[in-house]
Amino acid sequence: MLKKIIGLATVAAATACFAFSAAAETFVFTAIPDQDETKLVERFGAVEEYLEEQLGVEVRYIPVKSYAAAVSAFRNNQVQLAWFGGLSGVQARRLVPGSEAIAQGVEDPDFQTFFIANHESGLERMAELTDELRGKTFTFGSKGSTSGRLMPEFYIREAFGEAPDEVFSRVGFSGNHTRTIRLVEAGTYDIGAVNYKVWESQVKENAVDTNKVQVIWETPYYADYQWTIRGDVDERFGDGFKERVTQALLNMDDPELLERFPRKGFIPASNEDYDAIEDTAESLGLVN
Amino acid sequence: MLRWPNVPMSHSRTARTSLMFVAVALACLAVSDIAITTSNPWKDLLQFFLGVVTPDFFSSEGLATALLRTVAFAFVGVTIGALSGFLLALVYRIRIVRTFCAFIRAIHELFWALIFLQFFGFHPLTGVLAIAIPYAGIFAKVYSEILDQVDPEPRNLLPVRTGVFSAFIYARIPDCWEQIRTYTSYRLECGLRSSAILGFVGLPTLGFYLESSFSQGFYSEAGAVLILFYVLIATIPLWVRPKLLPLYVIASPFFLGDGMPIIWGNVKRFFTEDIVPAPLRTGYGSEEFWPWITDLVVNQALPGIWNTLVLTQIALVATGLVTLLAFPLISRHFGNRVSRTGGHVLLVIARSTPEYILAYILLQLWGPSMLPAVVALALHNGGIIGHLIGRQTNGIRLRPDAPKGVLRYGYELIPRVYPSFLAFLFYRWEIIMRETAILGILGIYTLGFYVDSAIQNIQFDKAIILILITAMLNIGIDSLSRRIRSRLALQTMPTC
Repeated sequence: MLKKIIGLATVAAATACFAFSAAAETFVFTAIPDQDETKLVERFGAVEEYLEEQLGVEVRYIPVKSYAAAVSAFRNNQVQLAWFGGLSGVQARRLVPGSEAIAQGVEDPDFQTFFIANHESGLERMAELTDELRGKTFTFGSKGSTSGRLMPEFYIREAFGEAPDEVFSRVGFSGNHTRTIRLVEAGTYDIGAVNYKVWESQVKENAVDTNKVQVIWETPYYADYQWTIRGDVDERFGDGFKERVTQALLNMDDPELLERFPRKGFIPASNEDYDAIEDTAESLGLVN
Repeated sequence: MLRWPNVPMSHSRTARTSLMFVAVALACLAVSDIAITTSNPWKDLLQFFLGVVTPDFFSSEGLATALLRTVAFAFVGVTIGALSGFLLALVYRIRIVRTFCAFIRAIHELFWALIFLQFFGFHPLTGVLAIAIPYAGIFAKVYSEILDQVDPEPRNLLPVRTGVFSAFIYARIPDCWEQIRTYTSYRLECGLRSSAILGFVGLPTLGFYLESSFSQGFYSEAGAVLILFYVLIATIPLWVRPKLLPLYVIASPFFLGDGMPIIWGNVKRFFTEDIVPAPLRTGYGSEEFWPWITDLVVNQALPGIWNTLVLTQIALVATGLVTLLAFPLISRHFGNRVSRTGGHVLLVIARSTPEYILAYILLQLWGPSMLPAVVALALHNGGIIGHLIGRQTNGIRLRPDAPKGVLRYGYELIPRVYPSFLAFLFYRWEIIMRETAILGILGIYTLGFYVDSAIQNIQFDKAIILILITAMLNIGIDSLSRRIRSRLALQTMPTC
């Protein structure tokens, strides 16, 4: 019996190794899971088709569960292209020398975080962050988010001269922007920091009850999301591949595709566009 | 203090230990963060139950695949774990082997998965090893305990020149084969739970969909995933047949999915660069290292350890309370057939829902504090121990004129089952702590929170140190629990 089991396991292990080793040269991309996670595959499936058509290579999208997983996959060369946030893009490009920000949404150079508050918190729209906020409960988005973590934390520290957990009675990380909206709407937290594009599209879709939750403060503008590509794609997929990817992204004009990001269109980007984000991340100790 | 004259010493020692643990838990409760922060927790809870009774099985086409992957990862992981565990059990006498096994099982499956994700990425090996490694450590310990209990007599009766291997196969295995089989199939059930949970960090199992639909508030979809999971667990006796096992074991590697290819350079980089503390890696040496490690210990490790311990102690006592309340539900000394069937259903649900999923659900509904974690740990573990104790009481014969109701509970049954109740509880102490640490990933400030934060900031050097600290804490609790159990002369068979 024992021998039989050991024999079976050897066969199983051998076949497993065989099954894992087959892999073709596929161009793989991912995106940070900033909202609507169940629909990630459906959301980016169409982008996958579009890129495949434009680039003439097999293209595959893989869904990830966290911002860090997107950065790690990019760093490990398991994906070659990613739709990153400002902070995750900075992290990724620091870890992969030669990688480049190639395109950003039309809206991304002037991105914003909205602070939203539950109606029952009694907070009204304010011109700057005031002591009224002290002692309330507060939720960020994902720990690795630019609009959900980095920038709101920066402005909280700037306004109060203290860490968020000293200003607020309870600080949480919701995980993503739609979740932040839901938690503040439900009153789990008084205040939340949310990506303004996600907020606007949720309001447009009537997915949020604006009688229960409203915007109380808007951050100044900063640069956010971008497509970042690895520096070694030309070697792997042929000369000029990076340029072709860039053009394919910039030429994307199908409103249905763009709606998935959601952006009006894509414009060129460069690594320097995110220098300010990098400085902010360094000052908060969020990058090494 | 009052003392009953006839109570033997060991009983009062048991009582003293119990009271001490209750006192510690109360003290912890006083300093802990227990609250419901949602303004409408019951409304959300109601919506969730509405979702469960109106499940939507067709919202996502990936659900069937996820079910298949959950089973496949469990089978491959548990098989490899059981085989390596068995081999390790044979040399378990060697101290270094014991230490090694204690170490690998002190690290939770999710932590292993988070580590492997960093260099294997989304390759099936990540999920397989995340289950196989800690399970090997657990199997090694339990198999060796089982083998040690084998009656030596058959061995002594063998001819003098019998080989070691033959003696082992013919004189030891037959005696404990049944126990090995029972325990292994029990671990398979645990493996299915572990496999499902791996979805929470991105592997393509049921947890992936559960987390996604829950975080969006799609309760009907979440309900569908939960129901699928319960059905999978509840039907184990139907589809896990001895004759079919070889088929499953051979077939399951083919259903793990293809993932992404492994790049070995990443593995090397992880071990030679990523986990080397940043100040040493950049060559600043010790003058930079001390501030770095002090900062890590003071600001992350210590608060993490404190919260982990506080939560563990509260959850341990709460588990005890749930157990004491739950076991009469299925005991033949109480209620009638209908009430016992209901009790069984409740306990099955409580113990088949992984703590992680339960805590996740309650956190969504009640908001972030230690409360959801305590309730989740107590319900799950109380469900397991309650089931075992309830079954034990069914073997107890009472006098025909024994009292009924509360008196029967207090004077007849509790005194008889209390030692095994404590034994099970202390046995699960270490398991509760392992889970407590991991619940930090969900946003409760235990060690897992800081591990997750370090990983989110791509600071694997910090993550590894925090994981090691978590493992040490676990090993410490494990040996403390063993000492208490031996002092109180408590014996138990291992449980999941």
